Amino acid sequence: MVVWLAVLQALTLALLLAVVHRPLGDYLARLYLSQKDLRVERGFYRLIGVDPRSSQTWQSYLRSVLAFSLVGVLSLYALQRAQAILPYSLGLPAVPAGLSFNTAASFVTNTNWQSYSPEVTLGYSIQILGLAVQNFVSAAVGIAVAIALVRGFAAHRTGTIGNFWVDLTRGILRLLLPLSIVAAIVLMVGGVIQNFNGFTDLTTLSGGTQTIPGGPVASQEAIKELGTNGGGFFNANSSHPFENPSAWTSLFQVFLMLVIPFSLPRTFGAIVGDRRQGYAILGAMAAIFAVSLTLLTVFESSGSGTAPQAAGGAMEGKETRFGIAGSALYATASTLSSTGAVNSMHDSFTALGGMMPMLNMMLGEVAPGGVGSGLYGMLILAVITVFIAGLLVGRTPEYLGKKIGPREIKLASLYILVTPSLVLAGTALSFAIPAVRTDVEATSIANPGLHGLSEVLYAFTSASNNNGSAFAGLTADTPWFNAALGVAMLLGRFLPIVFVLALAGALAGQVPVPETSGTLPTNRPQFVGLLIGVTIIITALTYFPVLALGPLAEGLQ
Amino acid sequence: MASPRTNTRHFGVALRAMLVLTVALGLAYPLVVTAIGQTAIPGQANGSLLRQGGHVVGSALIGQSFTDSTGAPHPGWFQPRPSAAGTGYDAAASGGSNQGPENPALVSEIVRQKRAIADFNAVAPDRIPADALTRSASGLDPDISPAYARLQVTRVAAARHVAVAEVRRLVESRIAARELGYLGEPTVNVLELNLALAGLKG
Repeated sequence: MVVWLAVLQALTLALLLAVVHRPLGDYLARLYLSQKDLRVERGFYRLIGVDPRSSQTWQSYLRSVLAFSLVGVLSLYALQRAQAILPYSLGLPAVPAGLSFNTAASFVTNTNWQSYSPEVTLGYSIQILGLAVQNFVSAAVGIAVAIALVRGFAAHRTGTIGNFWVDLTRGILRLLLPLSIVAAIVLMVGGVIQNFNGFTDLTTLSGGTQTIPGGPVASQEAIKELGTNGGGFFNANSSHPFENPSAWTSLFQVFLMLVIPFSLPRTFGAIVGDRRQGYAILGAMAAIFAVSLTLLTVFESSGSGTAPQAAGGAMEGKETRFGIAGSALYATASTLSSTGAVNSMHDSFTALGGMMPMLNMMLGEVAPGGVGSGLYGMLILAVITVFIAGLLVGRTPEYLGKKIGPREIKLASLYILVTPSLVLAGTALSFAIPAVRTDVEATSIANPGLHGLSEVLYAFTSASNNNGSAFAGLTADTPWFNAALGVAMLLGRFLPIVFVLALAGALAGQVPVPETSGTLPTNRPQFVGLLIGVTIIITALTYFPVLALGPLAEGLQ
Repeated sequence: MASPRTNTRHFGVALRAMLVLTVALGLAYPLVVTAIGQTAIPGQANGSLLRQGGHVVGSALIGQSFTDSTGAPHPGWFQPRPSAAGTGYDAAASGGSNQGPENPALVSEIVRQKRAIADFNAVAPDRIPADALTRSASGLDPDISPAYARLQVTRVAAARHVAVAEVRRLVESRIAARELGYLGEPTVNVLELNLALAGLKG
């Protein structure tokens, strides 16, 4: 039974994405290549003091990205520290320094890891002025960097890769904002709340008391999914009925998470002038997604493990209205994109089921990944694939007419080394430093035994890959986790961006070489297969040992 | 390397951009959405509240406890799922148990629940569905499965001194099928069911 439900649900989603990705992908290509500015955009450029027609070198583009993000971290930090004097704060005090740093790093890096419990930490003013703003701009930054890399592939010895401020502005004004308004209205029709009522006390039907929360939730929810951010207005995230009231709103949220990442390969194909190059990338993304979704659905339906067996099904931490199929789809979409929202609690999944979200993130979030970051992540893997294929046949590798020389391959290699280093070092240090270990085991870990290691591994995987979902039993509001995860998020976001933009610059400076009979075609099924293989092998080799210590051992017990 | 002046320029642009964007995205956007919601669909935008005799008794979307003054489940009301939100259905503290599949505390809690529900409803333990034994993700799940609702019919009818057939009819009329026939699971909204129950003549 659950099989057919899952299949029909997945087909509905696939159909929606198939219909929308073409016009949206083409629209994005025109949007980022156009030389025309809207009147309001011209006013904005004058106000902030940039010339929209000046194209930047990769170094200049990078400085703009970093300066803008640093200002984001500082302003979000300051807002939280000033909560006590802000209006609509629901009487909540200033957020402590360590937690403010963690949350600021989290939302600027498009991670939305939440060490805090929103209901008791953040009032409406920070939710809208701080978090929602970063949800928009961090998403637009991700897309901008991806477009810059694509421009690098398409460029003929230009040396420049576009203007960051123009890319940022267009991504917000002509993509994220209008879509968010539409999505917020749809969500409100489904029952998502949007008010500034604060908490309302009432007497329940049986004579008890209950406090019903309010809040501008729909506006937050729309960009949370569309920008693959994932930070919930409430502690329970998208399992909270006010964030996600029904089975169809849940499917709609999954659609929102995936629609931009699955459209960007078409944009890529359009900009490099060969649609089939885009479809090869899309094909690899879709294949990995389908396999991952199938596995998680099977693991959760099996209901294996002592507690699920005792209850007669893996329903701990799941909502009745979503069921197992709806929870598995949401978890897969959320962790294969960089969203990290949850409509069920991953900590209570079956052992192997709980491994799947982790594995999805460890793949580097490339199927389809976050807005922008998914595309640039997959293109890096494509560069690696071309390189490996070139080694096998003994030819100088090239991709889209650009030579993959020593500089290019070094940058790509550095990119793929960043997140595994952060994940494994962070997890190891949590247990290797004696004082930290005592604190982690006494305060942070919620579940005994092997599952406790999985909680810590999940946290560093989520932070370093900028996902933001959690094995939420972990108490992360401690000095160690606030600092370590905050640093992991910042390095996990901005080091890869440095390498991507440097690669974009290197590619943009090249003169394209003509295709010969010896060129590996990168727009055919053979390349899709190679790309999937490289993606999985890199992950499996890096993470298999630590997975064996956590979820695999627990599942085989 | 960039000169200090170039860096200062980058920061100036970034600061001005962040200020303008904060006003547009942090103020104008949520206020526009709020205005649309409060004008066009105020019922949903304010939390789908349910009333009885003019008083708000809860939200159709947020589950609540149906206990007596001692905190024990009241036999005259349909009971929701167990909840990990605060002391149970605390809508200001949403969340799940986050206990893993091999956690001994979770296993013993399920076993305890199973015995309690079997006794409370005078049914065989193996008839109890999984949703009755497990805590939801939000702790605020407004729904139970049709199986759990049906299982409670006899107990509720006896406690209220109404015909079993009448309560059963009420439950069957309150079962919401899967959306579009295949999305999610069939559900029974506990608060709405109990509101209808309160309207029955004893």
